[in-house]
Amino acid sequence: MARITAGVASSHIPALGVAIDLAKGDEPYWKPALAGYDWTRAWEAEQKPDVVILVYNDHASAFDMKIIPTFAIGCGEEYAPADEGWGPRKVPVVEGHPDLAWHIAQSLILDEFDMTIINEMDVDHGLTVPLSLMFGQPEAWPCKVIPLAVNVVTYPPPSGNRCWALGEGIARAVASFPEDLNVQVWGTGGMSHQLQGERAGLINKEWDNRFLDRLEGGTQELRHIPHIEYLRETGSEGIEMVMWLIMRGALGKTTRTLHRHYHVPASNTAVGHIVLEPVQE
Amino acid sequence: MTGPRDIHTYLAEFEDIPGTRVFTAARARQGYHLNQFAMSLMKAENRERWKADEVAYLDEWKLTSEQKAAVLARDYTRLLDLGGNIYFLSKVFSTDGQSFLQAVSTMSGMSLEDYSAMMIAGGRSPEGQRSRKERR
Repeated sequence: MARITAGVASSHIPALGVAIDLAKGDEPYWKPALAGYDWTRAWEAEQKPDVVILVYNDHASAFDMKIIPTFAIGCGEEYAPADEGWGPRKVPVVEGHPDLAWHIAQSLILDEFDMTIINEMDVDHGLTVPLSLMFGQPEAWPCKVIPLAVNVVTYPPPSGNRCWALGEGIARAVASFPEDLNVQVWGTGGMSHQLQGERAGLINKEWDNRFLDRLEGGTQELRHIPHIEYLRETGSEGIEMVMWLIMRGALGKTTRTLHRHYHVPASNTAVGHIVLEPVQE
Repeated sequence: MTGPRDIHTYLAEFEDIPGTRVFTAARARQGYHLNQFAMSLMKAENRERWKADEVAYLDEWKLTSEQKAAVLARDYTRLLDLGGNIYFLSKVFSTDGQSFLQAVSTMSGMSLEDYSAMMIAGGRSPEGQRSRKERR
């Protein structure tokens, strides 16, 4: 049977991708932001996941204002890096896992989550930057990826509670897939940042760290944080952290932290990263 | 369930956050053509046409005259007020060769140097920036 062995959360700041692509990682500005991923790259090389279910948001790349799905799952065979206005990132094409993805999509719909199914799309920095952070710069990505796109741009995005519940649904779906697969769930985006208006540049280290604290253990407090709290405390783009709760929900009742990293700033944003494993009851 | 069940309360709270325009349905409607214009710059051939003649390119889109003027002036704060969304507007500043840090700093009313220095020093504090009404 397929099994979820770990959860990873990380910011997906486009500038981190640029720093990696242009080999700026040793510059004093980028070094401390990127150093927190060294542990994870070594760990991933040992873990060798077969599939990553990668929760992210599209930043006006595959989806424009024509169609705004709340939860969309990629069931395609492959996804090319998107041209976000400066040409596509020179990173490998992302290979999907259509069999598992379709299985999850069907299971979730039967489980009363009204999923949008995507067979063809390009994937932007929201998805490719975490892959670079966790896997470095290989010729080909070392695992299959199932993109799970969440609308966190046009209000209202889904509630934290709904995201957590979706994660629980994903866990049930993965557990009923007959093939023996090592599956990780990644939640990306955040942490505190505001990319607009006079309040641009807002960072809330305290709040971010309390959020990281509560991803570990058995507390379910995070699922009840309302949108307005993310907006007031973590900036308008901090709302992306609801996507981390899909990852957390997928790990079951209790988790243990294997690795944690926090650094301000990368561009306009607080870099947050955590690696969790589910604790078997 | 979490969050307010009343849509009016839910939306009204957003207006209490200083210096922030939440991308609500009302803004999404107001900015529809503006954001779709910006989106079109994801294609290399459109970027070339845009760079060759910005005014002519804009005239192909159903933007208001205010939106057109704000695009030509790269007045991002004004564009937010006119329904623009930062991820769509990013196609415009990326085409100009600007980073998020450069473009975002223009909205903060600070120079790029001061804004970058503030970020390196830990970012803008949330103190006094959470709520107009409650002054916290």
